[in-house]
Amino acid sequence: MRLGVVAVSTLAWRNLWRNYRRTMIMLLAISVGVWAMIFMTAVLRGMVDNMVTQALDTLPGYVQIHAPNYLDDPSVTHSLPAPDPSLLQVLGDPLVAAWTSRVKVPAMISSEYENRGVTLIGVDPEGEQALGFDIHDITQGRFLVGANDRGLVIGRKLLQRLDTRLGKRIVIMSQDPGNSIADRGFRIVGVFRADLESREENIVYAGRSVVQTMLGMGSEVSEIAVRGHDYRHPQVLADKIQAETDARVSSWLELDPYLSTMMRVMDGFVLVWMVVVFLALSFGLVNTLMMAVFERIREIGLMQALGMRPSAIVYQFLLESLLLLLLGLLAGNLLAVTTIYVLRDGIDLSGVAQGLEMMGAASVMYPVLQWPDLVLANVVVIVLGIATSLLPAWRAARYLPVEAIARTS
Amino acid sequence: MAAISCVDLCKYYQQGDAVIKGLDHVSLEIEQGSFVCLSGPSGSGKTTLLNAIGGLDKLDSGKISIDGERVDQLGKAALADLRLHSIGFVFQAYNLIPVLSARENVEFVMQVQGVSASERKQRAFRILAEVGLQGMEDRRPAQLSGGQQQRVAVARAIVSQPKLVLADEPTANLDSASLEKLMARFRELNKLHRITFLIATHDERVMSWAERRIGMEDGRVIHDALQAPV
Repeated sequence: MRLGVVAVSTLAWRNLWRNYRRTMIMLLAISVGVWAMIFMTAVLRGMVDNMVTQALDTLPGYVQIHAPNYLDDPSVTHSLPAPDPSLLQVLGDPLVAAWTSRVKVPAMISSEYENRGVTLIGVDPEGEQALGFDIHDITQGRFLVGANDRGLVIGRKLLQRLDTRLGKRIVIMSQDPGNSIADRGFRIVGVFRADLESREENIVYAGRSVVQTMLGMGSEVSEIAVRGHDYRHPQVLADKIQAETDARVSSWLELDPYLSTMMRVMDGFVLVWMVVVFLALSFGLVNTLMMAVFERIREIGLMQALGMRPSAIVYQFLLESLLLLLLGLLAGNLLAVTTIYVLRDGIDLSGVAQGLEMMGAASVMYPVLQWPDLVLANVVVIVLGIATSLLPAWRAARYLPVEAIARTS
Repeated sequence: MAAISCVDLCKYYQQGDAVIKGLDHVSLEIEQGSFVCLSGPSGSGKTTLLNAIGGLDKLDSGKISIDGERVDQLGKAALADLRLHSIGFVFQAYNLIPVLSARENVEFVMQVQGVSASERKQRAFRILAEVGLQGMEDRRPAQLSGGQQQRVAVARAIVSQPKLVLADEPTANLDSASLEKLMARFRELNKLHRITFLIATHDERVMSWAERRIGMEDGRVIHDALQAPV
């Protein structure tokens, strides 16, 4: 080949080890930088994963099915029939991890002393637990035991606000499909806690059949919540379900703009973080290569005199840089993957648990290595590394041979 | 057509207020297959002329042609190609690549030319043996003496049998026996393959091998005559 690939590659590799100590320091810097990129990204991913899955598993699921106008007016008049066989078939698809149907209406709850507006959710307790409701969140009493359970489970905060307690009766009022008032007395059988205070204050659970009877809506439901296997790509699941129903199918990205925005911001942040770490590295890289150019001006002139084209000189310096980057990447990747593997059982941050809880994150953080992040870190280092090396390489190629040879001779 | 044609070459250097004449209106022609020595004191312009002919340096004015091709009008890449395929250089300071062994230094040009590995190796071993470096093929330049390094540089210049060899004091670090051997090899290549040699030297022993002797002083040609070589 005209560039003399073997000749140039040999030169690049040997020149890399000419100044052993400098190369090792640079390799260490690249490795630590790459480790920081991958490991810190994995920690952040783990934190966001935890926040998002916790938030999704409790109520929304990954995909929800509603009557066409329900999201604009979440009243009992916009309800769905119970899933028909074709919908049941798609809900049995391997893409679906779990699903449940609910009645979900605005209601007024009254204790002996207080009234408050809440969202009444009529649930099938087994389905809710399969979807993600954690039974350990019940702090007093019990969770519902079936769709026909006549009890009511309310949040800790609401219990305080209503100035009532476990075992007391309360009254719930809502509107039936004929716009008449429907009401019913319930006994509080359980109290739950939630990461968000607003959930404790606004959500009450009752048996689905009991609520359907109270509202006179037969077997109709307000929503069907579905959990898949990959919360990052719910649209595949949504599209598959939509193909089988005329109802409105929405993914959590649409239903919870705050969470989806947070996830998008996280993706952007990962890229910014990687570029920032690389920029810090790039000063060292440019310095190393510039030093290599200055030390080898005479050889550069000699190689030009022997018939090496300027493009081959550029190629040689870029190859030298690439070899350095590849070695650094190899070490950095190994280090990062090993660290993540060692910490796979979680990083205990109980010292700052309160702060994390406020953010909706758990006090044990599990680093999550996503292959796209690993690829991104490697691509950022290679692409920006080569771009950074262009200046020293270009400088090396533009010397006049006679000046270069005479420079240090 | 002359192998090398120089017409009115000028190259001046500014040194403070003084202007140094590297080449001062130099014109000459060298035929293909000639064996020519450039002589003159230090600073007379011998190296500048060699560098200009090899396209290593830019001229202030004048025209240089090698086999009818205008060297002074070629771009960097075309000049590199010309040097790669047509010119062998031996520099005053041996100028070897320090991270390559003697054999790899000799093979370097052939590698860039695209010569196969087996042929490269064979030719490199043979030429190193011819210049008396048998058994030292794998030594790096730092492990060789000045004279040995110079012989590697010479081997590198002639191994691919270029049309033209430009040698700047090629025997500066050689003992008499090595000098005689090297000049004999140059002459043999010159006769067998009609390689043109242009050698800048102070050494009368080297000059005696030339069939034409060009004397320079202050950047000008002051003497140009044929002579009977040894």
